[in-house]
Amino acid sequence: MFRLVVVRLFFGALTLWVVSLVVFAATQALPGDAAQLILGRDATPERVEVLREQLNLNDPVAVQYMQWFQGIVQGDLGTSFSNRQPVAEYLAAPIRSSLTLMGLSALVATPISLLVGAFSALRRDRGFDHVSSTGTLVIASVPEFVIGILLILLLGPGGFDLFPSVYSRNGDWDQWILPVFTLALAVAPPIVRMMRATMIEVLESEYVQQARLKGMDERIVLWRHAAPNAIGPVAQVIALQLAWLAGGVVAIEFLFNFPGVGKELMDGIDNRDVPLIQASVLLIAGVYIVVNLVADVIGLAANPKVRVANR
Amino acid sequence: MTETHNTVLVTDGLTVIGRPSYVKIISDVSITVRRGEILGLVGESGSGKTTLGLSLLAHCKRATEIVDGSVEVTGKELAHLSEKGVRALRGRVVAYIPQSPASALNPALRLRVQLREALHDTSLSSEQIDRRVREVLREVALPDDDAFLKRYPHQLSGGQQQRVAIAMAFVGRPDVIVLDEPTTGLDVTTQAHVLKTIRTMTRDYGTAGVYISHDMAVVAELADEIAVMYRGEVVERGRTDEVLSLPRHTYTRRLLAAVPLLRTSGHESVEPRGEPLLRVSGLNASHGRLPVLQGVDLSIFPGECVALLGESGSGKTTLSRSVVGLHHQFTGEMFFDGQQQATSSYRRTAEQRRRIQYVFQNPYEALNPRKRVRDQILGPYRHLSGRPEDPDAVVAGALERAALPASYAERFPEQLSGGERQRVCIARAIATRPDLLVCDEITSALDVSVQAEIVALLRNLQEDGMALLFVTHNIALVSNIAERVAILHQGRIVEHGTVGKVMSAPEHEYTRALITDTPDFEHSFAPVEQRIDQNSTDMTSPT
Amino acid sequence: MSEISTGTNTSRRRGGGLFRTAWGFGRTKIGVALTVLIVLVAVLGPFIAPYTPTEFITKPYETGVDGTVFGGDNRGRDVLTRFLWGGWTLLLLAAASAGIGVLAGTVIGVVAGYRGGWIDDVLMRANDVLLAFPQLIAALLVMSIIGPRVWLIVVIIAVSHMPRVARVIREATRKVIEQDYIKAVEAIGMPRHRIMAVEILPNVTSPLLVELGLRLTYSIGVVAVLGFLGMGLQPPTADWGLMINENRQGMSIQPWAVALPVTAIAILTIGANLITDGLSRASIGIDRGVEK
Repeated sequence: MFRLVVVRLFFGALTLWVVSLVVFAATQALPGDAAQLILGRDATPERVEVLREQLNLNDPVAVQYMQWFQGIVQGDLGTSFSNRQPVAEYLAAPIRSSLTLMGLSALVATPISLLVGAFSALRRDRGFDHVSSTGTLVIASVPEFVIGILLILLLGPGGFDLFPSVYSRNGDWDQWILPVFTLALAVAPPIVRMMRATMIEVLESEYVQQARLKGMDERIVLWRHAAPNAIGPVAQVIALQLAWLAGGVVAIEFLFNFPGVGKELMDGIDNRDVPLIQASVLLIAGVYIVVNLVADVIGLAANPKVRVANR
Repeated sequence: MTETHNTVLVTDGLTVIGRPSYVKIISDVSITVRRGEILGLVGESGSGKTTLGLSLLAHCKRATEIVDGSVEVTGKELAHLSEKGVRALRGRVVAYIPQSPASALNPALRLRVQLREALHDTSLSSEQIDRRVREVLREVALPDDDAFLKRYPHQLSGGQQQRVAIAMAFVGRPDVIVLDEPTTGLDVTTQAHVLKTIRTMTRDYGTAGVYISHDMAVVAELADEIAVMYRGEVVERGRTDEVLSLPRHTYTRRLLAAVPLLRTSGHESVEPRGEPLLRVSGLNASHGRLPVLQGVDLSIFPGECVALLGESGSGKTTLSRSVVGLHHQFTGEMFFDGQQQATSSYRRTAEQRRRIQYVFQNPYEALNPRKRVRDQILGPYRHLSGRPEDPDAVVAGALERAALPASYAERFPEQLSGGERQRVCIARAIATRPDLLVCDEITSALDVSVQAEIVALLRNLQEDGMALLFVTHNIALVSNIAERVAILHQGRIVEHGTVGKVMSAPEHEYTRALITDTPDFEHSFAPVEQRIDQNSTDMTSPT
Repeated sequence: MSEISTGTNTSRRRGGGLFRTAWGFGRTKIGVALTVLIVLVAVLGPFIAPYTPTEFITKPYETGVDGTVFGGDNRGRDVLTRFLWGGWTLLLLAAASAGIGVLAGTVIGVVAGYRGGWIDDVLMRANDVLLAFPQLIAALLVMSIIGPRVWLIVVIIAVSHMPRVARVIREATRKVIEQDYIKAVEAIGMPRHRIMAVEILPNVTSPLLVELGLRLTYSIGVVAVLGFLGMGLQPPTADWGLMINENRQGMSIQPWAVALPVTAIAILTIGANLITDGLSRASIGIDRGVEK
C-alpha cells in the first residue's frame, strides 16, 4: 500500500514536470520567433526586442527552460506584461476566489448527489429513479456554460430577476448563487449516476445476498455490508469531478465575470500576457493533477485487497 | 416417504415464477429431509435447483417470487412469514452455504466480524460468541487464533474460504442447511476434505442438509436421498441406493448413463506402433520467471488417445499450449512427425500448423461472436489449406464429422447451445484434417449429458485415425476415452502408462490419492441405453 | 432459463442489432428526433435565411423591427439569419474532431491492447501526460499563442479525445483477447494485423460506437465553449458559440441573440447524449448492475 502510494506520488510529480515542459514548449519554445508570434504582426521591432530580452529568448532553449523552471520551483512565476506586477503576488487573490467557488460548489453538489443516487438505487425502476436518471442524463449532456446562461436567462435580470448575473467587487453575497449553482449542477450528474450504479451493484452482490441469508437486519446489511464496498468507487468519482472543476471553472468565471484564475487566464490571453498564461495554466493543471492523485489514493485505500497486501 | 418426527424440512407444492414473464422457474416441488441426513438435489444448468435452494430460506432473487406452496422448517412455515420473522429464523434455523465463497464473503470485512454476526443471538455475551466462533472454526479444521480472525477473505485460499463459509453456516447450529454446489472450483483433494467436513458436521449437529449439485458421482457418495430436477420439476425422488439401482424416470437414467465411470475394463491399447507422431522430451516451460513445467516427456502415436491428467495449476494447459505454439517460453525437444517444432506458431510452417489443431476449454469464448459458423470454419481453412474449390462442401463435411447438420453453417454462435458450440469448435479444428487434436478440458464447461456426447464424438474421430491429446482434470473421464494416461503434478509427469494399469495399480502416491479422493461411481442398474446417441440434441438447448 | 441467454456476456448482439436494441428505448427515439431537428436547422438554415449573415438591418440590440423575427444583434445584424447560418460550422468542426480523435484513439487502443509490452507502455504513458490537462485548458493554451485557427481547433480537440478513447478501446481489446477465439487464430498463425482488423475490431464496435457518441457530445461542447470564450471561429463568421460571446452583454435587453444558440446547443447535446445512452445501454445490458 505504502509503496503503491509512493509510486503514484512519484508519477504525479513526474506528470507535473512534463506538464511544465509542455506549457513552456507551447508558449515560449515555439518554432520561429516567439516574441513576434506573441506580439502579433503589427508589433514594433523595439517592443519585440524588449520581449525577447524579458523571456531570455536570446539564450538557447534549454537554458531558457532551466531559468524558467528554477523560478517556478522558487515560487517566482515571472512578471506580468500588462501590469508589471509579480504574477505570484497578482494571482494570490484570484486563486483564493477560485478555490472558494470550487469548494462551495463541491459542498453543495456532493451530499445532494449522494442522497439522490442512493435513493434512486433503493427505489430502482420506480418514478423517482426514472426522473433522476433522465434529469442527470440531460444535465450531464449540456456544456457547463450553457447551463449557466440558461440559469441567467431564467433567474437573472432578464428573467425572474432573482439573482445578479454578473459578479462585481462590491456586490452582495447573492452574486455567488448563480455561479455556485451552475458549477454544482455541472458536477453533480456523474456522482449521482455512480452512486446509484455502485449501490445497485453492491446490493445485488453475492456477499450482500449472503448477509441477508444469514438473517442480518436490513440496516446492518446496508451500513456494514454494502456501504464500505461502495465508498471506494464513489469517492473516486467525487475526486475526479473536483478535478474537472479546475478546468470547468474557466468558462463559468468568464461568463459571470468572476475574478478567479480562469478569468485571469482569459484576460492574459487577451493581453498576450505570457507569464500570466503560463502561471494560470500551470496552476489549473496542478490542481487537476493533485486532485486526480488524491482520487487514485482514495481508490487504493478503500480496497482491502490493496490496503492489507497479501505479502 | 412417511413423515416421521425426525423430519425437519418439508416443502409442499412450492412454485416460484419469474416476473414479469410469469414463467415457472420451479413448479410444484415437494421434498422432505430428515434430521442428520442429506438430500442430494441433482440437476443440470437451468433446472432451477439454485432457485429452489434459495426459496428454502424464503429468499427470492430479483424479479422472482414464491407464488404457491409451503416451506416448513421444524414446523415453522417460512414462505408466508413476514420479512422480520424470516430474518430471525435465517442462520439459526436454516442456513446457506454459497457456491463461490470468494464472492459471497464480504471483501471489506474481517472474518471475525462476519463469523460473529452470523450467530446473531442477543442472549449471548461477547465472550460466549467468541468461544462459539473459535469452536466452530476448530471443527472445520481452520486455525482459531486472533491472527486468523483478523484476516480478510482475500487472504485465504479457495478451500479455506469454503471452510469459513461452512463455519459461518454452522455457527448458529441450524436445523437445516442448504449447500449450493459448495465444491465448484476446488480440486479433487480439497473437494474430498470439504465433503468429509460437511458429512461429519451434519451428522454431529443432527442437521438436515440439502446438497445442490450437478455432479451425480458426488451426490451418490454423499447423500442419503436423491431428488432429480429437470426443467423446474422434481422428476424423481428416493433413497440414494434405490435411485441409483432402479432409476424410474428416463431423465434420471440418461443422467446416470452420462456419468463417466472411474474404471472401465475396455478400451485397452494395442502395443505402440513404430514412430511416435508427437515426441516431447525434456520440456521445460515457464511463465515469466515462474517455472511451470520441468523435464516433461510425452509421446503420442498415430491414431491413439493420450490423456493428460492434472489439477488446476499443474501446468497441463501450458503443456498443451506449448504443443500448439501458443505458449512460447519453453525449451526442450518437440518433434512432430520427425520435425522439430518452433516455439511460436508464427514460426511454424502452415503445414505444421495444419496438422496439429486445438480445441479450447470454454466454447462460449472460443468462437468469434460476430461470425457465422460457416466463416468460423472457412477462415482457418483458407489460411492453412488455401481457397477451397467448394467451400460449402468443406463446411458441410466438417459439420457432419462433428455430428451437426449442415444447416448450422448459417448460424451465429449465440444461436447455439454450449454443446453445439463445442461441436462447432471441433468442426473448425478438424476441417483441415489434422493428424493430432489437442483437447484442453473441452468438456469441463458443459453439463454431464453433453459431456458424454462430446466424448463419444471424439471416440469416433479417433476411429477415423486421428490422434488425440485429451487434457483433463477429471480422472473419471480418463478411462472413458484414453488408452494411455500421463499424470501431471506440479509441473512434472509423475506417472504414465496404459489406462488400465495406472487406474488399477497406481504407483505414485499422488495418483493413489487422486483415485481415492474421486467419488467412485458405478452403474448399479442395468444401463438399457448404453450411451447416449451422439446425434440426439442437447437437453439444455432452448426450444 | 437457457444457458444461452444467461451464461454468456460474449455473445453481444451483432452489427445492426445494437442499433435495433438501442432504438427500442424510448429515450433513443427522442434523442434522434432532437438531433435531427438541430442538424436540419444547421444544414438547411443558410438556404432559408432571410438576409445574409453580415448585413446590418437594425440598430444594436433592437427588437420588434419589421422584417425581423427576433430583432438585431450587438451590431444590428438579423439574429434569425445569424442563427440559421451559425450551426453548420459547429457541427462540422465537432464531427471532424470527434471522428479523427476516435479513429486515432481506436487504432492506438487496439494496438496497445493487443500487442502489449513496450508499445503499450509507451502509448499509455504518453496518454497519461495528455490526460493531465483538462481538455479545455489544453485548447486554450495552444490557441492563445498560435491564435484561433479552424484546423487547430479540430486538431487540438481530436488530440485531447485520443487518449480517452484509446483507454476505453484498450480495455475492450484486452477483454476480447482474453477470449479463446483470438488464441484459436493465433494457433493457426493468422497475421497479427489481420487478427486486429478481422477478429478484434468487430468485437469492440459496441464500446466504439458509444465512445463516438460521447466524444461527439463533448466536441460540440468544447467547440461551443471555445467560440463562447472568443477562442473559436472569429468575427464576422456567424457561429453559435461566437454569437453567445458577442451578445452576452445585452442578454437582459435582447435575450434572443443568446437564447437561440444556447437552446440549440443544449438540444443538440442532449439529443446526442440520449442516443449515446441508448447505444451504451444496448451494448452493456440495461444498466450497470442489472446484467453483469
